[in-house]
Amino acid sequence: MGYLDGFKVTFNKLFKNTQTGRTVTVPYVKDSGPKRVKPDRIHGRHVLNRYEDGMEKCIGCELCAGVCPARCIYVRGADNPPDDPVSPGERYGFVYEINYLRCIHCDLCVEACPTEAITESKLFEFSFTNRQDAIYTKAELVVDDDGLPQQMPWEDWSDLDAVAAKSSAWVRATAPSGDADYVGVVAWSGELGFGVKPPELGQTAPDPAPEPEAEEPHDGRGGGHH
Amino acid sequence: MFAVDPLLAGHIGLAEVLIVLLKVVVTFGLLLVSVLFMIWFERKLHADMSNRLGPNRAGPFGILQTLADGIKFFFKEDLLPDRADKRVFILAPFLSLVPAFLVFSVIPIGGVFTEEKQGAVRLFGHETFLQLADPPIGVLLILACSSIAVYGVMLAGWSSGSKYPLLGSVRASAQMVSYEAALGLSVVAVVLLAGSLSTHDIVMSQAGDGFLGVVPHWNVIVTGVVPFVIFVIAGTAELNRPPFDLVEAEQELVGGFHTEYSSIRFALFFLAEFMNTVTMSAIIVTLFLGGPAGPTFFGPDWIWGPLWFVAKLFCFLFMFVWLRATLPRFRYDQLMDLGWKVLIPLSLGWMLLIATLNIARDEDWNPYLVGIGGLVAIFGAYAMLLGAMRTAQRRRAAADLEGSTP
Repeated sequence: MGYLDGFKVTFNKLFKNTQTGRTVTVPYVKDSGPKRVKPDRIHGRHVLNRYEDGMEKCIGCELCAGVCPARCIYVRGADNPPDDPVSPGERYGFVYEINYLRCIHCDLCVEACPTEAITESKLFEFSFTNRQDAIYTKAELVVDDDGLPQQMPWEDWSDLDAVAAKSSAWVRATAPSGDADYVGVVAWSGELGFGVKPPELGQTAPDPAPEPEAEEPHDGRGGGHH
Repeated sequence: MFAVDPLLAGHIGLAEVLIVLLKVVVTFGLLLVSVLFMIWFERKLHADMSNRLGPNRAGPFGILQTLADGIKFFFKEDLLPDRADKRVFILAPFLSLVPAFLVFSVIPIGGVFTEEKQGAVRLFGHETFLQLADPPIGVLLILACSSIAVYGVMLAGWSSGSKYPLLGSVRASAQMVSYEAALGLSVVAVVLLAGSLSTHDIVMSQAGDGFLGVVPHWNVIVTGVVPFVIFVIAGTAELNRPPFDLVEAEQELVGGFHTEYSSIRFALFFLAEFMNTVTMSAIIVTLFLGGPAGPTFFGPDWIWGPLWFVAKLFCFLFMFVWLRATLPRFRYDQLMDLGWKVLIPLSLGWMLLIATLNIARDEDWNPYLVGIGGLVAIFGAYAMLLGAMRTAQRRRAAADLEGSTP
């Protein structure tokens, strides 16, 4: 009865106490009180990080907007006011908007960012009720003075303490800025962002700023990672 | 000579009209509730069969999920595509829904099917059947309604002014038209045995003790199982349910004929689809499994009719979900092959066989001899059909090799 074996398979799934019928879906987190442990690399809503002195990391280079496959990021840079600079350096992100109706949380913006200004938190439970709320501007994205993300009324941050320890500043999958030292190495930066996490196995890279005295083949080419 | 609903025989006064109105409301409500249940049941059972949880947020075991979905549909934006043929676009969902409602009105959902009561039940001091209407053309009404429902699907796809719905509706019309033939031919077997098109009479003809007092006198056995199997297969195809859901094959056609529909209009299609599932199960139960007829044990005898009916109905609802959870979708040529080369010849042959046996009974011929002779004739004819198809195939292949078509 080869034709009917399939019916036996699906029927056996009805018996929940057997190995084959075991339900593999996990009930939604809120059913069991404390929130379920989120995976370390879950991609949530973004945060715009700041340095310890309060300066913004974003330099308004628009690389994130350029790489975004969903075209959900809108950035405009402007020159820093000389007497009251927003970021260290020449320019800063004057306008920064992410439309979460379009964002697919691919993390390419995080990869593209040269200053680790934009990273992703672990927050995925934010359901806004109108389209205006879906557009996060710089006012909402920038972390507060403690380096913690701002909390919108419709966002569920009840597990902030648990996920903060897991939200690394930055994880890079590929070599940044053409530096040959980083080929095949997952680079790591423990700089200040929303949450700091120790590097995982295989994520420790050689010192990112090699001494200039040795004649190394990549010297003079490696640009961005100082 | 057919039985008339005793309620409508003789003088018709206010009480009779009120009872009919009550039956209308009850039938309508029953159908809607059963659809609510069916959608939840299908989602839950299908989830169970694929190691998932299924709906579990609204109400205990997610039983209110359908209600929540319905409310959501009401509040969603109602889109009317620019290119749509507006009037037909608006009409199409109702063309699907109304026949789905109408069919259920001829289904007997209860009654005491004994020699003296003839399926009637005492309701407020009046004898009546527990079915909304018992027209003498009951089975024809069922077939007609299922034909009209094709228009709903077809026009929905055509009027959307969009590719995928059109493809879906082209598939739908071809599929539903070809399987309707097999559906109709397998019903003829039942009608020949019952000698009536009235659903009540068909149920009545299946009541009683049956063979040896144990095996029920159901049409599924009396007609020799084959029409039943054909009817179930063709009925599944008629419902556009898996494995015959090419009409709305998500992987190929987005949503099929209802791609452009949203909000309450989509909900009407959805409602009609599940209502059709429930009514098709009810039709199968009525035609082949004796409907609400069954043994009564204790308590008032009228309570057992609906119980038997629901129990039998439930088996088929389960079957439809089981089919969906198990079988992959047909390829289009397989679908057409099954319909035209297997189901229609087989149902036609079986119908002829049963007609012959009917004549043999009237003329006092030996039924066994006639039956065996008929079977031999059927298989012989089918072998000739197969041979003809093989030859055609071979000639086509040869012609293709030569690079020319005959």
